[in-house]
Amino acid sequence: MAHIQIFGSLRDLFAGEDSVELDVKNLRELLLKLPAAYPDCQEEIDEGVSVSIDGKIINDDWFTPIRPDSEVVVLPRIVGG
Amino acid sequence: MSEYQAKEFKVLGQRLQRPDGIDKVTGRAKYGADTEAAGMLHGKILRSPHAHARILSIDTSAAEALNGVKAVVTRADFPTAAKGYEDVQDNCMAGERALYDGHAVAAVAATSKRIAKQALKLIKVEYETLPHVTEVEAAITVGAPIVQAGQVSKRVPEGYSDNVVRYVSFGHGDIDAGIAQADATIERTYRTEASHQGYIEPHACLATLNEDGRGDLWVCTQGHFWIRDMSCAVLGLESANLRVTASEIGGGFGGKTTVFIEPVALALSKKSGHAVKLVMTREEVLRATGPTISTLMHVKLGMTNDGRITAAYAKLFYQSGAYKQGCADFGAMPAFAPYDLENVHTEGFDVVTNRPRTASYRAPGAPTACYAAESAIDELCQQLNLDPLAVRLKNAAKEGTKSSYGPTYEDHGLIQCLEAVKDTEHWNAPLGANQGRGLAAGFWFNFGGETSVSTFLNTDGSITVTEGNPDIGGSRASISMMVAEEFGINYDQVRTTVTDTGSMGQNEPTHGSRVTFAVGMAAIKCSRSIKAEIAQRLAKTWDVAVDQVSWQDGKAHCLDASKGIEPMSLPEIGAIANNTGGPIGAHHGSNMEGAGVAFGVHICDTEVDPETGYVTVQRYTAIQDAGKAIQPDYVEGQLQGGAVQGIGWALNEEYVYGEDGRLQNPGFLDYRIPVASDMPMIDTVIIEVPNPGHPFGVRGVGETPIVPPLAAVGNAVSRAVGVRYNHLPMSPPRVLAGIQAAK
Repeated sequence: MAHIQIFGSLRDLFAGEDSVELDVKNLRELLLKLPAAYPDCQEEIDEGVSVSIDGKIINDDWFTPIRPDSEVVVLPRIVGG
Repeated sequence: MSEYQAKEFKVLGQRLQRPDGIDKVTGRAKYGADTEAAGMLHGKILRSPHAHARILSIDTSAAEALNGVKAVVTRADFPTAAKGYEDVQDNCMAGERALYDGHAVAAVAATSKRIAKQALKLIKVEYETLPHVTEVEAAITVGAPIVQAGQVSKRVPEGYSDNVVRYVSFGHGDIDAGIAQADATIERTYRTEASHQGYIEPHACLATLNEDGRGDLWVCTQGHFWIRDMSCAVLGLESANLRVTASEIGGGFGGKTTVFIEPVALALSKKSGHAVKLVMTREEVLRATGPTISTLMHVKLGMTNDGRITAAYAKLFYQSGAYKQGCADFGAMPAFAPYDLENVHTEGFDVVTNRPRTASYRAPGAPTACYAAESAIDELCQQLNLDPLAVRLKNAAKEGTKSSYGPTYEDHGLIQCLEAVKDTEHWNAPLGANQGRGLAAGFWFNFGGETSVSTFLNTDGSITVTEGNPDIGGSRASISMMVAEEFGINYDQVRTTVTDTGSMGQNEPTHGSRVTFAVGMAAIKCSRSIKAEIAQRLAKTWDVAVDQVSWQDGKAHCLDASKGIEPMSLPEIGAIANNTGGPIGAHHGSNMEGAGVAFGVHICDTEVDPETGYVTVQRYTAIQDAGKAIQPDYVEGQLQGGAVQGIGWALNEEYVYGEDGRLQNPGFLDYRIPVASDMPMIDTVIIEVPNPGHPFGVRGVGETPIVPPLAAVGNAVSRAVGVRYNHLPMSPPRVLAGIQAAK
């Protein structure tokens, strides 16, 4: 089970939890299973998120692997100038 | 898995000639306004003189009747925008309401600029003025005029007006517990005013759009693929039917990643049946494109007597113009990112006002948050009589540190940047009367994004690289250098060109400090594919196994010595390409993940005239981790450019709105950007801690350099005067008022 860290204001969308555990193998599964388990986060995911996996910010690559011991952090989608 | 492979470079790191230099210094380079077409019309846009008004009616009949006028468009000429692009369309052409001074309400295409201007005066717009709000503090207060009803996200706390549309928070630990551990604490409120990217080239485009929905657009932009996609979404077109070509660009810095005039020019072209050129004036650029946020920020810090930060809290209100955006996220995340903190909490609030929709400016949202955080740290250092450099080193984030916004850092160069400060002659030089020295650290994320590159071996052995990102900071040189390095050939054997949207797969714009990292990596992958193809063909040619073909020093070698085959160069391989299977080339398209974070540390010396409050920057040094500096001149240019822009934001640049909600200073006479004669030479130090996510260790460098300057200048001025300034810009009246108040 991957350990997904939920920070700050996002916790409201995850029933107040500061982390959740999900059986996911990659980013695509994470983005599908998170809102299935916590429907309140669907709007945030639809607005766009980046996900930090083991310290690397991933914007789009669905097939980035997530290991059971990966550090996974859901973030607002990173933009640039 | 790490992409990085340590090796000794032959091409990378050299200060080679820029490929666009001759065209630019001789005036041959084509910028946005330089493209023309037969029968071309000139477009002009009518803009709202009100900060907030309902548009009751628009009568265009007199303008349309004017001799020489070929088309007039209003919002009625635009279809319903694609989902998610409603605000983009509304910002290009107002619908029911004008939301800020300068908001487009109608546009004209005529046979001359003079006639187009004359026609604008004939358009009769009936407005009902509405209450407006332009200042962040007023906008968040309950009872303020509401800019956009129904936009408030569910998570926004109670107690604010409905102009506060988005709320985020980050952090870990317990702020109260951290404050209890502190020997000294500080609470401060900071304000910053909106600034503009100040790119020298105004927005410009030439558009053709036929009745059948097919068209072409030539435009000055950071990202022509996004311009295509946004224009199509706003006008109901298919992407394949609109070909967009990017011109050379006279600066963008984040402000040219969206559309303002392009859909308007296309709509005018479709209605008139002619090509239409639209070029913004400087006044239009300042009134109606995307400036930065203005802010109201509260910071609370705790520190021990030996300089350990025990608690760090920031509450950031970011004014983001008339449309909901997510700017505050990018203040709340990087505010304390340089530090290893047990107790950290940041909150960000996005606030809408009757101002133009903000756009990115290098690292969007980070410089102001850094200003607040680094100012408070510096003031605590003064209170506790601590060396500001030693305090930053004591608290610096390193590999394995859990960042203030969540992820654990991989290897990066913050410690090396801070250590480099000690070694500069600048840090150790004496200061004169009325002079002060400021230090600040800054952070930006960087990212990669969708990227397409094609590479070809020509029959004479030279290499052509085509890519889809406008070259703002020297990317054509950097990409050519990386390809030359990969092949083991000379830089002048490779030419990189930026192609149009009809000739290349999708690309994110030149933003996010991504191009040298992402496009460079795609070009390296193309080069490796070509080498693999060459190996296959030469294996057949030499009648050996593929693994007996090796690439060394720019040539293919046969490892089977019994064959007695001489190594083959690229010209020799290119000459037989048609005999071995045809043209040799490769394409690489990828969502380039793996960008490494970038930290920078800046030192600033200022002198303040105590009689006038005028601030002179005496000396400035920018230090940054670039991972690997492909072309050091360009990296230094990024560091210098970001520093100067940050200095302007700190000292002079400010959007000034009147009581009527109109911008009071829409020109470079009253909106004062720094010029060369205002600045000392900006010294630079490049640190190279390789990014594990890139074959050559590259990190993006374009955005981080604007993060520390606001705080570095602020700390320098405050130390020079002995008065803390918590409101930017520190223009002479503000600085003088502080000096006089302290007396």
